Amino acid sequence: MRRDLLFLVISISALLAFKASVFPSAGSRPRPAVRVDMASLQPAVERVDAAFEQLWRERNLKPAKAAPELAVARRISLALTGAIPSLEEIRHFESLPPPQRLERWLAERLADRRYADFVAERLARAFVGVDDGPFLLFRRRRFVSWLADQLSTNQRYDRIVAHLIADSGIWTDTPATNFITVTIQPDQNKGPDANRLAARVSRAFLGVRLDCAECHDHPFESWTQHDFQSLAAFFGSTRHSLRGVRDVPGDYQIENRLTGEMETIPCGVPFSRDLLSDKGSPRRNLAAWVTHRENRPFAREAVNRAWALLFGRPLVEPIDNMSIGGPFPPALEILAEDFVNHGYDWQRLLLEIASTKVFRADSKTHQSESSDDTQNVVGTAASWAVFPLTRLRPEQVVGALLQSASLSTIDSSSHIIVRLAREIGQRDFIKQYGDSGAEEFDAHGGTIPQRLLMMNGKIVDEKTKEALLSNAATQIAAFAPNDHKAVETAMLAVLTRRPSNEEQNYFTQRLAQTEGGQRARRVGDLVWTLLNSTEFSWNH
Amino acid sequence: MGDGRGEGDTLSLKPPHPDPLPPGEREFKLHRRTLLKVAGLGGAAWLTSVAHALAKQAEESRAREPAQSLIVLWLAGGPSQLETFDPHPGKKISGETRAIHTALAGVQLAEGLERVADQLESISLIRSLVSKEGDHQRGTYLVKTGYRPDPTAVHPSIGAICCHELPVGGTEIPRHISILPNQWPGRGGFLGDQFDAFKAGDPTRRLADVMPRVSDPRFQDRLADLEILENSFARGRQRAVEATLHRATVREARRMMTSEQLQAFDTSQESAMLRKAYGETPFGRGCLAARRLVEVGVRCVEVTLEGWDSHVNNFEIHGRLKNTLDPALAALVTDLKEHDLWDRTIVLVAGEFGRTPTINRLAGRDHWTQGFSMALSGGRLRGGQVIGETDPEGGREVKDPRQIGDVHATILAALGIDPAKELTSPAGRPLKLADGEPIAQLLT
Repeated sequence: MRRDLLFLVISISALLAFKASVFPSAGSRPRPAVRVDMASLQPAVERVDAAFEQLWRERNLKPAKAAPELAVARRISLALTGAIPSLEEIRHFESLPPPQRLERWLAERLADRRYADFVAERLARAFVGVDDGPFLLFRRRRFVSWLADQLSTNQRYDRIVAHLIADSGIWTDTPATNFITVTIQPDQNKGPDANRLAARVSRAFLGVRLDCAECHDHPFESWTQHDFQSLAAFFGSTRHSLRGVRDVPGDYQIENRLTGEMETIPCGVPFSRDLLSDKGSPRRNLAAWVTHRENRPFAREAVNRAWALLFGRPLVEPIDNMSIGGPFPPALEILAEDFVNHGYDWQRLLLEIASTKVFRADSKTHQSESSDDTQNVVGTAASWAVFPLTRLRPEQVVGALLQSASLSTIDSSSHIIVRLAREIGQRDFIKQYGDSGAEEFDAHGGTIPQRLLMMNGKIVDEKTKEALLSNAATQIAAFAPNDHKAVETAMLAVLTRRPSNEEQNYFTQRLAQTEGGQRARRVGDLVWTLLNSTEFSWNH
Repeated sequence: MGDGRGEGDTLSLKPPHPDPLPPGEREFKLHRRTLLKVAGLGGAAWLTSVAHALAKQAEESRAREPAQSLIVLWLAGGPSQLETFDPHPGKKISGETRAIHTALAGVQLAEGLERVADQLESISLIRSLVSKEGDHQRGTYLVKTGYRPDPTAVHPSIGAICCHELPVGGTEIPRHISILPNQWPGRGGFLGDQFDAFKAGDPTRRLADVMPRVSDPRFQDRLADLEILENSFARGRQRAVEATLHRATVREARRMMTSEQLQAFDTSQESAMLRKAYGETPFGRGCLAARRLVEVGVRCVEVTLEGWDSHVNNFEIHGRLKNTLDPALAALVTDLKEHDLWDRTIVLVAGEFGRTPTINRLAGRDHWTQGFSMALSGGRLRGGQVIGETDPEGGREVKDPRQIGDVHATILAALGIDPAKELTSPAGRPLKLADGEPIAQLLT
């Protein structure tokens, strides 16, 4: 009973606050902003823009125009916080002075704890995968929250990676060591798996699939089985015990698959061997080599990953199979160099990419798409002359879905009950929607269960049915001054844009002469429709 | 289902497999559907009638036809070979487990599988499986995909491969289904998640999310409204939007929602006697639903029975689970035969690994990958065969050892799919559908 009362009080106060923010003139919640020296980013951004413009000229492509600012704001929110902007945030965005709107918007997202939490989870998939890992020996939550702290305080990316490779200690006290412990197989009485660690290092930090050479020499690249084994050797003396992860003296020995005899494998790296030092422990030497400022594949991988986070598609595909020798797109080289020269500043990198013309381009073209134009359309997409359509991840879909039903922002300052409901809703939804796992940037379409869940699922039903306290749809029906405004508000809340004239007329008509419950249901229908559109489930 | 095989393919090209419901017969089905509606009939009648009509029509032509579908009874947790298909009565490693005689002279099963024992002329046992994956998740991956976990590619499970390689036909519901899945149902892997198993619970419960939450007229209005939005989004993005397959997937989901084939999930349409034969358990009902699903052209149904991870109280746990497994498996074999589905349906009984011959201090057995068992039957595979032998004293030596890939190759061969056919992984590496050799002794 007391809980109900509490809930009611919270809900009513939320309702009052929301009304002011939705049909407002009142000011919005102030936010701390990351201080960004945009001028210092400008040279790199301009060089990237120039490189793409040259490419388009060479290929005779006409790039898409600049996307509407709200569309860009939506991309940024989805990429950095895993949710669409709330109506409250949209009002705030539109109240910012136009010249710096997107810059301010970016800075605010990066200062938001949702950024650290969401991006940490995405990076964790590349670093430790999505497997449960060994019970007790691997603490995923601990690992992700450590990573989120690093991002939140914008620690140097090279240092973060060095911690992952070289840290020792207990996985609860020194969370970076979970990078090592996730490969332990207690069932088989095996300690940290040197092969799996070598594979992770080569993919997640160098963007190469050295592990294809685990069993045989790589068919396409020049990697040999020896390269892979030598890389694994850095982890060959890493053990775990109750005292945590540590290194023991001794050689790394493995069985030769041909002769069956044990062989000692010395530590070695597959390229840039002159950058490797032999002064510290094997793992420290490896960390120093991976993050060496002249080891360009490390910076390239980071740039490609940041690019993929923002666009939903990496600049070089597949993300973990770049070549070492090139050729590389000029943008990759420009950004990698800037990344190295500016202290592996991850936030700076994200800001740069998000400031380029290609990121701000529209996802639609204004040229005709007749059949004899196929070549051109395909070329346009491959050359980033148009912003790509990519499928949103399940976390982004549910994040957007829950946010669209609330109008006011759900973030770390939201009430605990709201956040708790959000977390439970999210977990259930992702379970049914299907986690896309570690395959971060695949190009597959959606599935039938996903469509069924969006059309008929409980969570969508709850968020579209009549409920004044909890649903945007009902609130819009009740508070919008007229049908026109109601349609516009629903579109803004779900798709972060205003309706076209055609849409405005069509949906306004659908609301005409309705009131009370019927009106609330009609707005609910509209929200359902918006949620089930391609536009909602795809980044664009 | 979204695998790029349009209806046109099956019409213009002769498919390697005659469909359970080839395009020509859809007309018949629709006609019959209308008829049923007019006559006010419903229930189970339509299902069996379709199957019978099809069976009769195609009787001559498919005398030597390959199998069409696969049912996997997934014993999650790792069943003990000693308490199921490979007992060693009287030996130290047998613990308390006694063995029983079967329909096959000289072949014994563990007690508790009496009904299955009666069917052993139709079922073959592989007692010599070896693997290197002793962890639940990794072992499950290996047995379901035929490949060890490997960061260079996420391999498709065998059900996904069946759907990818065999035509859609007239099947309107998902063709890869997992009933009572644990956390690792069959996945599409690099074939795409449209090949993931569709997850379903106990057949007594309504299938999730297939019914609209609003009245039909209101639902139709919503769909009409959706078209307005889709058309406006596609403007200037035609090709990119088509490539998303979003609208096509919505259409397929709609097709499923309105399909009468959904009734295949509803086991209450079967006679009380048959339901009782399968056992009134979620798993028993799942097995019965599997037969009904195969009947409407579903390619792979996996039905999970969890709880075999008997580190403690091995004997009690296995005794209880066999009470569920024995009637369900035996009834499934009989029922498939009675519905003329036995020759076109493969039934695999497997878990992620076996359990140690030694018994630990908690009367449990731990994970064991050196000689464990599976049962394979149906689909014109030879029944009554026993492949391999384990050491009666519990040693690691196995006679005629078999790899998981061999089981996959055998199943694919029986389905008329070339196991050596190569798919290209996302890394550009050619990967065989199955990394192993078919077991010749089982292929007829």
